[in-house]
Amino acid sequence: MSHPPDHPPQPDRRDFLAKAAATVIGGGLALVGPVAGLGVLLDPLRRQSAGGGAVRVASLAALPDDGVPRKFPVLATRQDAWNRSKNVPVGAVYLRREKGGAVRAFNVVCPHAGCFVDFRADKGCYLCPCHNSTFALDGKVLDQNSPAPRALDELPVEMREGGEVWVAFQNFRPGEKERLPV
Amino acid sequence: MKPALNWLDQRTGYKKLLHEALFENVPGGARWRYVWGSTLTFCFAVQVITGLFLWLAYNPGSQTAWESVYYIQHELWGGWFLRGLHHYTAQAMTVLLALHLMQVVIDGAYKAPREVNFWTGILLLMLVLGLSLTGYLLPWDQKGYWATKVATSIAAITPVVGPAVQKVVVGGSDYGHQTLSRFFAVHAGFIPGAIIAFIGAHIWLFRKHGLTAKEPRRKPDEPFWPRQVLCDAVACLAVLAVVLFFVVRYHGAELGAPADPSEQYSAARPEWYFLFLFQLLKYFPGGTEVWGAIVIPGLLMAVLAAMPFVGKWRLGHRFNVAFLGAVLAGAGVLTWLSVREDRANPEYARALRAAERDAERAVALAQSPDGIPVTGAVTLLRNDPLTQGPKIFARNCASCHRYGDEDGLGGKPKDAPTGSDLKGFASREWLRGLFDPAQVSGPHYWGGTKHKDGDMAKFVRDDTAKFSPAQKAQLANAILALSAEAGLKSQHDADARDVVLIADGKKAIGAGGLGCADCHAFGAPDPNAAGPDLTGFGSRAWLTAFIADPAHPRFFGTNNDKMPSFGKEGRLTPAEIGLVADWLRGEWYEPEKP
Repeated sequence: MSHPPDHPPQPDRRDFLAKAAATVIGGGLALVGPVAGLGVLLDPLRRQSAGGGAVRVASLAALPDDGVPRKFPVLATRQDAWNRSKNVPVGAVYLRREKGGAVRAFNVVCPHAGCFVDFRADKGCYLCPCHNSTFALDGKVLDQNSPAPRALDELPVEMREGGEVWVAFQNFRPGEKERLPV
Repeated sequence: MKPALNWLDQRTGYKKLLHEALFENVPGGARWRYVWGSTLTFCFAVQVITGLFLWLAYNPGSQTAWESVYYIQHELWGGWFLRGLHHYTAQAMTVLLALHLMQVVIDGAYKAPREVNFWTGILLLMLVLGLSLTGYLLPWDQKGYWATKVATSIAAITPVVGPAVQKVVVGGSDYGHQTLSRFFAVHAGFIPGAIIAFIGAHIWLFRKHGLTAKEPRRKPDEPFWPRQVLCDAVACLAVLAVVLFFVVRYHGAELGAPADPSEQYSAARPEWYFLFLFQLLKYFPGGTEVWGAIVIPGLLMAVLAAMPFVGKWRLGHRFNVAFLGAVLAGAGVLTWLSVREDRANPEYARALRAAERDAERAVALAQSPDGIPVTGAVTLLRNDPLTQGPKIFARNCASCHRYGDEDGLGGKPKDAPTGSDLKGFASREWLRGLFDPAQVSGPHYWGGTKHKDGDMAKFVRDDTAKFSPAQKAQLANAILALSAEAGLKSQHDADARDVVLIADGKKAIGAGGLGCADCHAFGAPDPNAAGPDLTGFGSRAWLTAFIADPAHPRFFGTNNDKMPSFGKEGRLTPAEIGLVADWLRGEWYEPEKP
């Protein structure tokens, strides 16, 4: 069956194009704002944390020689979105002089949920004030009931110019069994 | 699919709602003249969405507002596009508001029973203008800062309550953190909330009374969906195309230099659609501004709001149409006058150029390895020799000295110079000119000073003319050596290349050489030297000490001509002297060429 040529198109058919066009254009218009904002929303994904470069933290003379750890702030250049500040605290480390004279450094951030751990001189261990994870002097998890999934994050130490302690400071993702840089 | 939709419908009744929304009757069929309200709703939706995304990155505070907008514009993924879309859609909204209002008035859609809807429309118009007024300040750049300052000062002239209103709006006696917090809260919270409420009322009333059909009706009635929806969608698409053209053409929206309360910005103008008000104010002499700023605009709004009543009279509708036409034409003429006046004003053009230069420089410094300090980007410009040097020079030095025949800022002083031209000071080129018998007492060097017939000028004119070829070669090397004392950045490579010649030139300057040491100290202090110490000539230390006190025995001593001791007399701070010295020496941050 074919329509005679002078037969007017059915209203339904004539409207079909209008409906399709209105839907397509309307849908496209609705996407403009969200699409324009997507880049700004997701921009943080391409930002890498600086860090890993060694910075001077303390002089050896400031470390007790009886093996008791001491907390030191780490000063470095901090990039906070548009602000760049030199020589400001970006974190903290526990430094500990061992018997042989070697120095070890631990990031003070608890690998469980990111709180700062305290050194308890009376118990001779590190204690996280948030969820009570405990760590031995060598950073290992002390109490097996601790919620921390791994040992304290040890950072590479360099001795420079005789008595200066330099640490390659870095933060790691909390809550992971493996050490993954932030 | 269908059972799921039925399930949803039974619980929400969305089908009825959708049916009501889509099958509104359009008397006389779909027409292009009905699209304006929809384009405005579309623009408002775009503004809300882009505004929320901008909110992710924007930070209202005197040390963070410009900085965060810079970050959006130059650092964030597609930030320039997002910001440009927000900026130009705002402009489009103003144009569309005028068109919508014209259509409503011309078609008589304000008449009974639609008076209340007309008034909600006028309220929406004012709320949208409020959005652009508050949004203009948020980038905290020079333009927005000074233009908005004018706007809030105008608020202060309102009789009785003015000063209190201004203080509440500004959040204190002066512009600062609180001003931005308040403007941002009003821009992103109060006004959009009110607009959403009034758009709701506006559309509800519009649906209640139905569309005002333009007579004669050309076609039978039809539902809103699909053909009027298509017309509306195509119109929105056209608006979007125009907006996108501007966004891409200007790569987002303009961002001026960071606001600086100590740096008057004479090119401050409001957004173009407020220019007519800006121009109107020029015609009201001191003390009568209240007429131009408040009484006349208030009366115009009152007549606009009274249109539904005026329209009842026999010629009322014609009056309304003529009134709106006259107001829009008047605003157009005032805008044109304002633009024409600015175009003919060289001061304005110069202020605009300076503003563009500062804006570019602020971005270059923000992108430098040092980044933006926590004290804000305004300190980048305040501590930048390239920005401040010329200004300090023009204010303090250009009454005697020139910089390439100009005053440092590109102006040409009328009087003849009475000091040397300091462009390229201490460079090889500059010193060769000084040692040129034809130039030493000319206008670029000592022509306007008492040194023009002094011992040094005589030495250059008489003694060097009689030099043997060997001595002339020595003099050429002495110039290299003297210029090398300055350690200019621009001659870094040349100085490194010519070490041998420079060493030879140093000997020529010293004792037993060309005779410089008869009057000048070089290499070691000489309390008996009559001329300036040449050790470190043109270096930062030398130049700052010289500007601070040219009459010091180390320099001209009692031979000093007219130059004030800028540091010693406290005319310039050490920081200002450092800035102008760095500028003269060409010491400023240059971005690396890609």
